[in-house]
Amino acid sequence: MSAKDTFIKPILAENPITLHILGICSALAITNSLTSSLIMSVSLTAVLVMTNIVISLVRRHLPSSVRLIVQITIIASAVAVIDQVLTAYLPDAARTLSVYVALIVTNCIVLGRAEACAMKCGVGTSILDALGNGLGYSLILIVVAIIRELFGNGSLMGHRLLELVHEGGWYVPNAMLLLPPSAFFIIGFLVWAIRSWKPEQTEAADFRPAPLPEKEKRS
Amino acid sequence: MIQFFEVFFRAVFLENLALAYFLGMCTFLAVSRKVKPTISLGVAVIVVEAISVPLNNLIYNYLLRDGALAWAGLGHLDFSYLGLLSQIAVIAAMIQILEIVLNRFFPALYSSLGIFLPLLTVNCAILGASLFMVQRDLGFTESVAYGLGAGVGWALAIVMLAGLREKMKYSDIPAGLEGLGIAFITTGLISLAFMGIAGLSF
Repeated sequence: MSAKDTFIKPILAENPITLHILGICSALAITNSLTSSLIMSVSLTAVLVMTNIVISLVRRHLPSSVRLIVQITIIASAVAVIDQVLTAYLPDAARTLSVYVALIVTNCIVLGRAEACAMKCGVGTSILDALGNGLGYSLILIVVAIIRELFGNGSLMGHRLLELVHEGGWYVPNAMLLLPPSAFFIIGFLVWAIRSWKPEQTEAADFRPAPLPEKEKRS
Repeated sequence: MIQFFEVFFRAVFLENLALAYFLGMCTFLAVSRKVKPTISLGVAVIVVEAISVPLNNLIYNYLLRDGALAWAGLGHLDFSYLGLLSQIAVIAAMIQILEIVLNRFFPALYSSLGIFLPLLTVNCAILGASLFMVQRDLGFTESVAYGLGAGVGWALAIVMLAGLREKMKYSDIPAGLEGLGIAFITTGLISLAFMGIAGLSF
Protein backbone atom coordinates (compact mmCIF):
# COMPACT_ATOMS: atom_id res chain seq x y z
CA MET A 1 0.00 0.00 0.00
CA SER A 2 1.43 3.37 -0.98
CA ALA A 3 2.01 6.13 1.55
CA LYS A 4 -0.91 8.11 0.15
CA ASP A 5 -3.28 5.17 0.56
CA THR A 6 -2.15 4.58 4.14
CA PHE A 7 -3.14 8.14 4.94
CA ILE A 8 -6.30 8.58 2.85
CA LYS A 9 -8.02 5.21 3.20
CA PRO A 10 -8.89 5.29 6.90
CA ILE A 11 -10.51 8.70 6.56
CA LEU A 12 -13.62 7.62 4.68
CA ALA A 13 -13.31 4.28 2.89
CA GLU A 14 -12.04 2.30 5.88
CA ASN A 15 -13.24 4.55 8.63
CA PRO A 16 -12.40 3.09 12.06
CA ILE A 17 -15.81 3.97 13.49
CA THR A 18 -18.28 3.07 10.77
CA LEU A 19 -16.50 0.06 9.27
CA HIS A 20 -14.51 -1.51 12.08
CA ILE A 21 -16.81 -0.45 14.99
CA LEU A 22 -13.79 0.78 16.95
CA GLY A 23 -13.68 3.60 19.47
CA ILE A 24 -17.40 4.21 19.60
CA CYS A 25 -17.75 4.95 23.30
CA SER A 26 -16.32 8.44 23.14
CA ALA A 27 -17.80 9.10 19.71
CA LEU A 28 -21.23 8.72 21.24
CA ALA A 29 -20.72 10.28 24.62
CA ILE A 30 -19.16 13.69 24.03
CA THR A 31 -20.67 14.67 20.69
CA ASN A 32 -23.40 16.93 22.12
CA SER A 33 -21.02 19.86 21.83
CA LEU A 34 -18.68 20.71 18.96
CA THR A 35 -16.00 22.14 21.25
CA SER A 36 -15.64 18.94 23.27
CA SER A 37 -15.62 16.89 20.09
CA LEU A 38 -12.78 18.97 18.63
CA ILE A 39 -10.73 18.67 21.83
CA MET A 40 -11.41 14.94 21.96
CA SER A 41 -10.41 14.51 18.29
CA VAL A 42 -7.16 16.39 18.80
CA SER A 43 -6.37 14.42 21.97
CA LEU A 44 -7.04 11.09 20.33
CA THR A 45 -5.00 11.93 17.23
CA ALA A 46 -2.11 13.10 19.44
CA VAL A 47 -2.20 9.92 21.53
CA LEU A 48 -2.44 7.80 18.40
CA VAL A 49 0.59 9.48 16.79
CA MET A 50 2.68 9.31 19.98
CA THR A 51 1.95 5.66 20.71
CA ASN A 52 2.36 4.58 17.09
CA ILE A 53 5.81 6.24 16.96
CA VAL A 54 6.98 4.71 20.24
CA ILE A 55 5.60 1.25 19.54
CA SER A 56 6.98 1.25 16.03
CA LEU A 57 10.42 2.16 17.44
CA VAL A 58 10.47 -0.66 20.00
CA ARG A 59 8.66 -3.25 17.90
CA ARG A 60 11.76 -5.37 17.24
CA HIS A 61 12.57 -5.64 20.94
CA LEU A 62 9.13 -6.72 22.14
CA PRO A 63 8.64 -10.41 22.99
CA SER A 64 5.18 -11.29 21.75
CA SER A 65 4.09 -12.78 25.09
CA VAL A 66 4.22 -9.45 26.90
CA ARG A 67 3.51 -7.13 23.99
CA LEU A 68 -0.08 -6.29 25.01
CA ILE A 69 0.87 -5.16 28.48
CA VAL A 70 3.77 -3.08 27.11
CA GLN A 71 1.49 -1.49 24.52
CA ILE A 72 -1.11 -0.64 27.15
CA THR A 73 1.52 0.89 29.43
CA ILE A 74 2.81 3.05 26.57
CA ILE A 75 -0.73 4.13 25.67
CA ALA A 76 -1.63 4.85 29.30
CA SER A 77 1.48 7.02 29.73
CA ALA A 78 0.64 9.03 26.59
CA VAL A 79 -2.94 9.49 27.77
CA ALA A 80 -1.80 10.54 31.25
CA VAL A 81 0.33 13.27 29.61
CA ILE A 82 -2.59 14.54 27.51
CA ASP A 83 -4.90 14.40 30.53
CA GLN A 84 -2.49 16.47 32.65
CA VAL A 85 -2.00 19.02 29.82
CA LEU A 86 -5.77 19.43 29.42
CA THR A 87 -6.32 19.78 33.18
CA ALA A 88 -3.60 22.42 33.34
CA TYR A 89 -4.45 24.55 30.30
CA LEU A 90 -8.13 23.87 29.53
CA PRO A 91 -9.64 23.06 32.94
CA ASP A 92 -13.25 23.75 31.85
CA ALA A 93 -12.99 21.46 28.85
CA ALA A 94 -11.33 18.78 30.97
CA ARG A 95 -14.25 18.92 33.39
CA THR A 96 -16.82 18.54 30.58
CA LEU A 97 -14.96 15.61 29.04
CA SER A 98 -14.61 14.07 32.53
CA VAL A 99 -13.51 10.46 32.28
CA TYR A 100 -13.63 10.24 28.52
CA VAL A 101 -10.11 11.59 27.99
CA ALA A 102 -8.74 8.97 30.38
CA LEU A 103 -10.79 6.36 28.55
CA ILE A 104 -8.68 6.88 25.41
CA VAL A 105 -6.52 4.17 27.06
CA THR A 106 -9.16 1.60 26.28
CA ASN A 107 -10.15 3.15 22.98
CA CYS A 108 -9.90 0.26 20.59
CA ILE A 109 -8.61 2.47 17.77
CA VAL A 110 -5.35 3.10 19.60
CA LEU A 111 -4.64 -0.51 20.53
CA GLY A 112 -6.00 -1.68 17.18
CA ARG A 113 -3.60 0.53 15.22
CA ALA A 114 -0.72 -0.43 17.49
CA GLU A 115 -1.38 -4.09 16.77
CA ALA A 116 -2.29 -3.77 13.11
CA CYS A 117 0.21 -1.19 11.95
CA ALA A 118 2.84 -0.01 14.41
CA MET A 119 3.98 -3.56 15.23
CA LYS A 120 4.62 -4.24 11.56
CA CYS A 121 5.67 -1.02 9.81
CA GLY A 122 8.39 1.56 10.08
CA VAL A 123 8.03 4.87 11.87
CA GLY A 124 7.04 6.89 8.78
CA THR A 125 4.20 4.61 7.76
CA SER A 126 3.01 4.38 11.35
CA ILE A 127 2.78 8.17 11.64
CA LEU A 128 0.77 8.42 8.40
CA ASP A 129 -1.49 5.59 9.51
CA ALA A 130 -2.03 7.23 12.90
CA LEU A 131 -2.86 10.59 11.30
CA GLY A 132 -5.25 8.98 8.82
CA ASN A 133 -7.11 7.04 11.49
CA GLY A 134 -7.17 10.04 13.80
CA LEU A 135 -8.69 12.14 11.02
CA GLY A 136 -11.24 9.44 10.18
CA TYR A 137 -12.32 9.37 13.82
CA SER A 138 -12.40 13.17 14.00
CA LEU A 139 -14.51 13.40 10.84
CA ILE A 140 -17.30 11.24 12.29
CA LEU A 141 -17.11 13.02 15.64
CA ILE A 142 -17.35 16.46 14.02
CA VAL A 143 -20.25 15.52 11.72
CA VAL A 144 -22.25 14.02 14.60
CA ALA A 145 -21.42 16.96 16.88
CA ILE A 146 -22.49 19.54 14.28
CA ILE A 147 -25.86 17.81 13.80
CA ARG A 148 -26.45 17.42 17.55
CA GLU A 149 -25.36 20.87 18.68
CA LEU A 150 -26.85 22.85 15.79
CA PHE A 151 -30.29 21.26 15.84
CA GLY A 152 -30.39 20.42 19.52
CA ASN A 153 -29.25 23.74 20.86
CA GLY A 154 -29.25 26.13 17.88
CA SER A 155 -25.58 26.95 18.37
CA LEU A 156 -22.12 25.87 17.23
CA MET A 157 -19.15 26.01 19.61
CA GLY A 158 -21.29 28.15 21.89
CA HIS A 159 -22.15 30.76 19.21
CA ARG A 160 -25.87 31.17 18.67
CA LEU A 161 -26.71 30.49 14.99
CA LEU A 162 -30.42 29.69 15.09
CA GLU A 163 -32.50 32.06 17.23
CA LEU A 164 -34.41 29.97 19.79
CA VAL A 165 -38.14 30.43 20.31
CA HIS A 166 -37.92 31.06 24.04
CA GLU A 167 -35.41 33.82 23.39
CA GLY A 168 -37.69 35.53 20.87
CA GLY A 169 -36.40 33.77 17.74
CA TRP A 170 -38.00 31.27 15.41
CA TYR A 171 -36.24 27.95 16.00
CA VAL A 172 -37.81 25.32 18.25
CA PRO A 173 -34.81 23.29 19.49
CA ASN A 174 -35.04 19.52 19.33
CA ALA A 175 -33.88 18.72 22.84
CA MET A 176 -33.83 15.00 22.13
CA LEU A 177 -30.69 15.51 20.07
CA LEU A 178 -28.87 16.50 23.26
CA LEU A 179 -29.85 13.27 25.01
CA PRO A 180 -27.62 10.20 24.76
CA PRO A 181 -29.88 8.01 22.53
CA SER A 182 -29.80 10.45 19.62
CA ALA A 183 -26.09 9.74 19.11
CA PHE A 184 -26.96 6.10 18.43
CA PHE A 185 -29.54 7.10 15.84
CA ILE A 186 -27.24 9.56 14.07
CA ILE A 187 -24.32 7.11 13.85
CA GLY A 188 -26.76 4.38 12.77
CA PHE A 189 -27.96 6.56 9.91
CA LEU A 190 -24.39 7.59 9.03
CA VAL A 191 -23.45 3.90 8.76
CA TRP A 192 -26.50 3.41 6.55
CA ALA A 193 -25.48 6.32 4.33
CA ILE A 194 -21.88 5.15 3.96
CA ARG A 195 -22.95 1.59 3.24
CA SER A 196 -25.48 2.65 0.64
CA TRP A 197 -22.70 4.60 -1.04
CA LYS A 198 -20.17 1.75 -0.69
CA PRO A 199 -22.27 -1.45 -0.76
CA GLU A 200 -19.17 -3.68 -0.40
CA GLN A 201 -19.02 -2.75 3.32
CA THR A 202 -22.38 -4.35 4.06
CA GLU A 203 -22.27 -7.43 6.29
CA ALA A 204 -23.80 -10.59 4.91
CA ALA A 205 -27.20 -11.23 6.48
CA ASP A 206 -27.38 -14.25 8.80
CA PHE A 207 -30.70 -15.27 7.43
CA ARG A 208 -32.86 -14.47 4.42
CA PRO A 209 -36.61 -15.15 4.36
CA ALA A 210 -37.22 -18.01 1.92
CA PRO A 211 -39.37 -17.02 -1.04
CA LEU A 212 -42.91 -18.32 -0.64
CA PRO A 213 -43.90 -21.20 -2.93
CA GLU A 214 -45.90 -19.97 -5.91
CA LYS A 215 -49.21 -21.56 -4.87
CA GLU A 216 -49.30 -20.24 -1.31
CA LYS A 217 -48.40 -16.68 -2.23
CA ARG A 218 -51.09 -14.39 -0.97
CA SER A 219 -52.25 -11.72 -3.36
CA MET B 1 -27.51 -0.53 54.17
CA ILE B 2 -30.08 1.68 52.44
CA GLN B 3 -27.23 3.61 50.91
CA PHE B 4 -25.68 0.40 49.60
CA PHE B 5 -28.87 -0.42 47.68
CA GLU B 6 -29.25 3.13 46.49
CA VAL B 7 -25.79 3.13 44.91
CA PHE B 8 -26.46 -0.32 43.47
CA PHE B 9 -29.79 0.49 41.81
CA ARG B 10 -28.52 3.85 40.64
CA ALA B 11 -25.63 2.09 38.85
CA VAL B 12 -27.88 -0.56 37.33
CA PHE B 13 -30.72 1.59 36.00
CA LEU B 14 -30.12 5.33 36.12
CA GLU B 15 -26.44 5.45 35.33
CA ASN B 16 -26.22 2.33 33.25
CA LEU B 17 -22.65 2.24 31.89
CA ALA B 18 -23.67 0.98 28.47
CA LEU B 19 -26.86 2.93 27.83
CA ALA B 20 -26.25 6.23 29.58
CA TYR B 21 -22.45 6.56 29.34
CA PHE B 22 -21.77 4.45 26.24
CA LEU B 23 -18.97 2.47 27.83
CA GLY B 24 -17.86 -0.87 26.47
CA MET B 25 -19.67 -0.18 23.20
CA CYS B 26 -17.21 -2.01 20.95
CA THR B 27 -17.80 -5.35 22.66
CA PHE B 28 -21.43 -4.43 23.22
CA LEU B 29 -22.15 -4.19 19.49
CA ALA B 30 -19.71 -6.85 18.30
CA VAL B 31 -20.69 -9.74 20.59
CA SER B 32 -24.45 -9.19 20.88
CA ARG B 33 -25.52 -11.32 17.91
CA LYS B 34 -26.62 -14.28 20.04
CA VAL B 35 -27.89 -14.50 23.63
CA LYS B 36 -25.75 -17.39 24.87
CA PRO B 37 -22.26 -15.86 24.66
CA THR B 38 -23.56 -12.57 26.06
CA ILE B 39 -24.55 -14.34 29.29
CA SER B 40 -20.98 -15.62 29.84
CA LEU B 41 -19.63 -12.19 28.91
CA GLY B 42 -22.07 -10.55 31.32
CA VAL B 43 -20.95 -12.83 34.16
CA ALA B 44 -17.30 -12.07 33.38
CA VAL B 45 -17.99 -8.33 33.47
CA ILE B 46 -19.86 -8.57 36.78
CA VAL B 47 -17.03 -10.57 38.40
CA VAL B 48 -14.26 -8.28 37.13
CA GLU B 49 -16.13 -5.07 38.04
CA ALA B 50 -17.04 -6.33 41.51
CA ILE B 51 -13.37 -7.02 42.30
CA SER B 52 -11.55 -4.27 40.40
CA VAL B 53 -13.58 -1.25 41.54
CA PRO B 54 -13.17 -1.87 45.32
CA LEU B 55 -9.50 -2.81 44.76
CA ASN B 56 -8.82 0.40 42.88
CA ASN B 57 -10.71 2.26 45.56
CA LEU B 58 -8.35 0.94 48.26
CA ILE B 59 -5.24 1.68 46.18
CA TYR B 60 -6.39 5.18 45.34
CA ASN B 61 -7.48 6.11 48.85
CA TYR B 62 -4.50 4.61 50.74
CA LEU B 63 -1.61 5.09 48.30
CA LEU B 64 -2.23 7.65 45.60
CA ARG B 65 -4.52 10.52 46.55
CA ASP B 66 -3.31 13.82 47.97
CA GLY B 67 -2.16 13.12 51.54
CA ALA B 68 -3.08 9.45 51.33
CA LEU B 69 0.35 8.34 52.48
CA ALA B 70 -0.09 10.10 55.83
CA TRP B 71 -0.19 6.67 57.53
CA ALA B 72 3.44 6.19 56.42
CA GLY B 73 4.41 9.69 57.53
CA LEU B 74 4.54 10.95 53.93
CA GLY B 75 1.42 13.11 53.99
CA HIS B 76 2.88 15.74 51.67
CA LEU B 77 3.00 13.42 48.62
CA ASP B 78 0.34 13.48 45.91
CA PHE B 79 0.46 10.63 43.42
CA SER B 80 -3.02 11.12 41.97
CA TYR B 81 -1.55 11.66 38.49
CA LEU B 82 -0.52 7.99 38.57
CA GLY B 83 -4.17 6.99 39.03
CA LEU B 84 -4.81 6.07 35.42
CA LEU B 85 -1.67 3.97 35.06
CA SER B 86 -2.25 2.14 38.34
CA GLN B 87 -5.90 1.43 37.50
CA ILE B 88 -5.19 -0.10 34.13
CA ALA B 89 -2.30 -2.10 35.61
CA VAL B 90 -4.51 -3.36 38.47
CA ILE B 91 -7.21 -4.38 36.00
CA ALA B 92 -4.77 -6.16 33.68
CA ALA B 93 -3.05 -7.96 36.56
CA MET B 94 -6.32 -8.87 38.22
CA ILE B 95 -7.71 -10.38 35.04
CA GLN B 96 -4.56 -12.49 34.63
CA ILE B 97 -4.80 -13.75 38.22
CA LEU B 98 -8.53 -14.41 37.85
CA GLU B 99 -7.80 -16.43 34.71
CA ILE B 100 -5.24 -18.59 36.52
CA VAL B 101 -7.47 -19.12 39.58
CA LEU B 102 -10.56 -19.96 37.52
CA ASN B 103 -8.58 -22.32 35.34
CA ARG B 104 -7.31 -24.17 38.43
CA PHE B 105 -10.47 -24.28 40.58
CA PHE B 106 -13.49 -23.67 38.30
CA PRO B 107 -12.53 -25.12 34.90
CA ALA B 108 -16.18 -25.22 33.71
CA LEU B 109 -16.68 -21.50 34.28
CA TYR B 110 -13.26 -20.78 32.82
CA SER B 111 -14.01 -22.55 29.55
CA SER B 112 -17.41 -20.89 29.24
CA LEU B 113 -15.85 -17.43 29.66
CA GLY B 114 -13.27 -18.36 27.04
CA ILE B 115 -11.68 -15.47 25.22
CA PHE B 116 -13.84 -12.80 26.88
CA LEU B 117 -11.84 -12.63 30.08
CA PRO B 118 -8.50 -11.38 28.62
CA LEU B 119 -10.39 -9.03 26.28
CA LEU B 120 -11.99 -7.27 29.24
CA THR B 121 -8.64 -5.55 29.93
CA VAL B 122 -9.37 -3.18 27.07
CA ASN B 123 -13.08 -2.83 27.73
CA CYS B 124 -13.89 0.76 28.61
CA ALA B 125 -16.74 -0.32 30.89
CA ILE B 126 -14.22 -1.83 33.32
CA LEU B 127 -11.80 1.10 33.36
CA GLY B 128 -14.71 3.56 33.21
CA ALA B 129 -16.27 2.21 36.40
CA SER B 130 -12.97 2.68 38.27
CA LEU B 131 -12.58 6.21 36.89
CA PHE B 132 -16.14 7.15 37.88
CA MET B 133 -15.47 5.71 41.34
CA VAL B 134 -12.50 8.07 41.76
CA GLN B 135 -14.37 11.03 40.28
CA ARG B 136 -17.37 10.58 42.60
CA ASP B 137 -15.17 10.01 45.63
CA LEU B 138 -16.97 6.87 46.79
CA GLY B 139 -16.13 5.17 50.09
CA PHE B 140 -15.18 1.50 50.25
CA THR B 141 -18.68 0.04 50.87
CA GLU B 142 -20.17 2.29 48.21
CA SER B 143 -17.48 1.21 45.77
CA VAL B 144 -18.41 -2.45 46.32
CA ALA B 145 -22.04 -1.58 45.56
CA TYR B 146 -21.05 0.54 42.59
CA GLY B 147 -18.80 -2.13 41.05
CA LEU B 148 -21.47 -4.78 41.43
CA GLY B 149 -24.22 -2.50 40.10
CA ALA B 150 -22.17 -1.31 37.14
CA GLY B 151 -21.43 -4.89 36.13
CA VAL B 152 -25.04 -6.03 36.52
CA GLY B 153 -26.30 -3.03 34.54
CA TRP B 154 -23.92 -3.67 31.67
CA ALA B 155 -24.74 -7.37 31.60
CA LEU B 156 -28.47 -6.61 31.62
CA ALA B 157 -28.12 -4.21 28.70
CA ILE B 158 -26.10 -6.58 26.50
CA VAL B 159 -28.40 -9.55 27.16
CA MET B 160 -31.40 -7.38 26.24
CA LEU B 161 -29.82 -6.21 23.00
CA ALA B 162 -28.80 -9.77 22.07
CA GLY B 163 -32.36 -10.98 22.67
CA LEU B 164 -33.68 -8.32 20.32
CA ARG B 165 -31.05 -8.97 17.67
CA GLU B 166 -31.74 -12.69 17.74
CA LYS B 167 -35.39 -12.01 16.90
CA MET B 168 -34.44 -9.37 14.36
CA LYS B 169 -32.60 -11.92 12.21
CA TYR B 170 -35.95 -12.82 10.68
CA SER B 171 -36.98 -9.30 9.79
CA ASP B 172 -36.51 -7.70 6.42
CA ILE B 173 -34.12 -4.81 6.99
CA PRO B 174 -33.30 -2.27 4.24
CA ALA B 175 -30.01 -3.02 2.47
CA GLY B 176 -27.11 -1.14 4.05
CA LEU B 177 -28.78 -0.95 7.43
CA GLU B 178 -28.26 -4.64 8.16
CA GLY B 179 -25.91 -5.59 10.97
CA LEU B 180 -24.19 -2.58 12.46
CA GLY B 181 -26.65 0.12 11.39
CA ILE B 182 -29.75 -1.49 12.84
CA ALA B 183 -27.82 -2.53 15.97
CA PHE B 184 -27.04 1.14 16.62
CA ILE B 185 -30.64 2.20 16.19
CA THR B 186 -31.93 -0.64 18.39
CA THR B 187 -29.48 0.32 21.14
CA GLY B 188 -30.70 3.91 20.82
CA LEU B 189 -34.28 2.77 21.40
CA ILE B 190 -33.30 0.67 24.45
CA SER B 191 -31.37 3.63 25.79
CA LEU B 192 -34.42 5.87 25.26
CA ALA B 193 -36.52 3.37 27.21
CA PHE B 194 -33.99 3.38 30.06
CA MET B 195 -34.21 7.17 30.23
CA GLY B 196 -37.84 6.67 31.16
CA ILE B 197 -36.79 5.43 34.60
CA ALA B 198 -34.60 8.49 35.16
CA GLY B 199 -37.11 9.97 37.60
CA LEU B 200 -36.84 6.90 39.81
CA SER B 201 -35.28 7.56 43.19
CA PHE B 202 -35.01 5.77 46.49
